[in-house]
Amino acid sequence: MRRVGLLLALAAALAAGAAVATTQRVVGAISQNRISITGGFVGSEIFVYGAIARDRFPEDDADTLGIVVKVIGPAQPVTVRRKRRVNGVWINRESERIDSAPSFYAVAATGPLFETISHTEDIRHAVSLERHLRLVGAQGGADAREEFLEALVRLRREEGLYVQRPGGIELVEDVLFRTSFKLPSNIVEGVYRARVLLTRDREVIDMFEAEIGVRKEGLERLMFDASRQQPFFYALASIAIALGAGLLASEVFRLFRA
Amino acid sequence: MQIYLPIAEMSVNAPLVLGLGALVGMLSGLFGVGGGFLITPLLIFTGIPPAVAVATGANQLVASAFSGVLTHWRRRAVDVKMGLVLLAGGLLGSTFGVQLFAALRAAGQVELMVALSYVVFLGTVGAIMLVESLGALRRSGAAAPAPSRPRRGSTWLQALPLKMRFRESKLYASAIPPFVVGVGVGVLAALMGVGGGFIMVPAMIYLLGMPTSVVVGTSLFQILFLTAWTTMLHAVQNQTVDAMLAVLLIFSGAVGAQVGARLGIGLRGEQLRILLAVIVLAVCARMAVDLVATPAEPFSLAPAG
Repeated sequence: MRRVGLLLALAAALAAGAAVATTQRVVGAISQNRISITGGFVGSEIFVYGAIARDRFPEDDADTLGIVVKVIGPAQPVTVRRKRRVNGVWINRESERIDSAPSFYAVAATGPLFETISHTEDIRHAVSLERHLRLVGAQGGADAREEFLEALVRLRREEGLYVQRPGGIELVEDVLFRTSFKLPSNIVEGVYRARVLLTRDREVIDMFEAEIGVRKEGLERLMFDASRQQPFFYALASIAIALGAGLLASEVFRLFRA
Repeated sequence: MQIYLPIAEMSVNAPLVLGLGALVGMLSGLFGVGGGFLITPLLIFTGIPPAVAVATGANQLVASAFSGVLTHWRRRAVDVKMGLVLLAGGLLGSTFGVQLFAALRAAGQVELMVALSYVVFLGTVGAIMLVESLGALRRSGAAAPAPSRPRRGSTWLQALPLKMRFRESKLYASAIPPFVVGVGVGVLAALMGVGGGFIMVPAMIYLLGMPTSVVVGTSLFQILFLTAWTTMLHAVQNQTVDAMLAVLLIFSGAVGAQVGARLGIGLRGEQLRILLAVIVLAVCARMAVDLVATPAEPFSLAPAG
């Protein structure tokens, strides 16, 4: 469709003697489609890069164009708790269940987010973090809702799980763009979605999407699956390893003394 | 060098964890204690979730208890019958303890419960140990022999019904007190990720009136089965046993224990016990500070069930 549109636009432009506005597209790519969590996993970095393709040159549209890159991990419900002092001791008292929050969220743009994309387009394409946080009916009312959501965002930001980098994308020669996000070691498994939005005058005119599969592999996969699917045998194996190690230690100790 | 823990779902600094394991192993070799009461809080201080720290601590204790039992078994210093009575109580206690642990976890109160248990029990035991060994040191300094303690324990406890003969302990006494001690230790094992030796050994000497020669071997015998059972329950119920972490701790702990046992040869009993009491009280104090000090961040996150 897009290509047909482009051809039509091109044809129209030729017919009208170049009196028509330039058409822009975004061409994007990500550095990897798969992240394996194995023994030495310390996190990973994904690069999102690409170019703005135009149907003709020279262009004078750079001021109006913007790029927004978003990477989002699987959503999960989260409980946020707040400690209160009770008889001198700090105890978890209030809690709110946030029905859905992304386990990882990163966004970068060529400028401040809402100078790059309009609020209407944000609603349509669910770009900002607020669009991904769902808390239906906070127990403590509206104030609590705000406070607990803020706490969630703050804690996840400190862990490197929520990243917001307005102005974090540089356009090279008004054509090339590149950005990268660090995924910390405590990310959850699942499908992560990367999305590149090309905007003109804060309206989305084109987008590119890709998926990244994050999965434990090898021994880590085996151990995790065993602990969830066969907890009884997992426990037997854990105990057997401990007994074997205990026996070994005792024998080695005897050998030393003899 | 980082290593990824598949159950805790985070990566930790491998030399740090190995160092902790070796340190605690060394202390346990030095003092003849299991070290569970040290490893669990230390793991928590390094950022490992308390639920994983407690369950994995139990798994690690299986190894150190087994190695200890083998040594004492060869010296015939294990009262199997007494151990089984303690164990019967222990299994009941830890089964209840793991249920309680799961309920507290759902209510977001595990950290509090673990910390409170540590402060109360470590504080009490550490203080008693310190006072007593300081007293012993002063007495020995005055060159007066320590008065021999009546070894028979409280007679009304032994006179309860369900009397049994414990040959190795040279006792003919009721099975109820050791059973109750076992229950208490079982609950603690599940809640705190400890073997419970630090509670059980004094209870065996002062409440049950057992001779000191069989106390350590018998308590290790009970701890071996109790921690294995606790590991099983935590793995099945809470899925919080991290085998990767356990292996790191077991091997570094075994090496540390040998070093500790060698270091301990040249030191006197009272001095060792004072040192142990100071360490116990320090862990207790750190936990207590965390309970009462205003936290930098009052909010915390947990996966919603």
